[in-house]
Amino acid sequence: MKFALMINQGPYTHQASDTAYHFACAVLKAGHEVFRIFFYHDGVNNATRMTTPPQDDRHVIDRWSELASQHKLDLVVCVAAAQRRGILDEDEARRHGKDGDNLAPGFRISGLGQLIEAGIEADRFLVFGN
Amino acid sequence: MLHTVNKSPYQSDALTTCFGLAQPGSAVLLIEDGIYGAMNNTKFSTAIVIAQQCCTIYVLEPDLQARGFDSDCIMNAIQTIDYDGFVSLAETYSVVQAW
Repeated sequence: MKFALMINQGPYTHQASDTAYHFACAVLKAGHEVFRIFFYHDGVNNATRMTTPPQDDRHVIDRWSELASQHKLDLVVCVAAAQRRGILDEDEARRHGKDGDNLAPGFRISGLGQLIEAGIEADRFLVFGN
Repeated sequence: MLHTVNKSPYQSDALTTCFGLAQPGSAVLLIEDGIYGAMNNTKFSTAIVIAQQCCTIYVLEPDLQARGFDSDCIMNAIQTIDYDGFVSLAETYSVVQAW
């Protein structure tokens, strides 16, 4: 079965990203496919590699990057939501004349078409956070 | 349909609205701060009992434990499940509505 997830809240303030992470791990463990995880609204804050939590705390961003690398997950960040919140990849940073980019490994910036496609392609679509 | 409620009923109307719209045969899974809706002897207990006449209510146990509670603290007939159980519910119900 194909699952797609949407995450709408940022890390550390809300639990949505943690819940989605544990759910995604359980989905993969059950032998299902995670077709795409779409980060929207404040959820795009899960995609900055500048995040530096205390060493004894979970690293929400690295955890997503590692899961993506292990399972070849497609982590998509909404471009408009990302730009508003200062989440930029190399191309976007150059295009807007910014002095640096911060997109974490395993994430890519794209648009709402990816969200719609996930809804069409996946057998199950779950939203985390509001 | 599987409904997920992630907000405390003391914080928002999500649980009440969910119960009002859930069709018979639905499942309601309380996650994150939503678990407070499952507690024994609260002003929401009656709504839970009424909802259980047509829906099955579940609580995500890791979220219960993270807040210092266990299954003894929640109302009878509310089942506790883990993340594997959450996945199983999502397999069973083809549409998942997050409140």
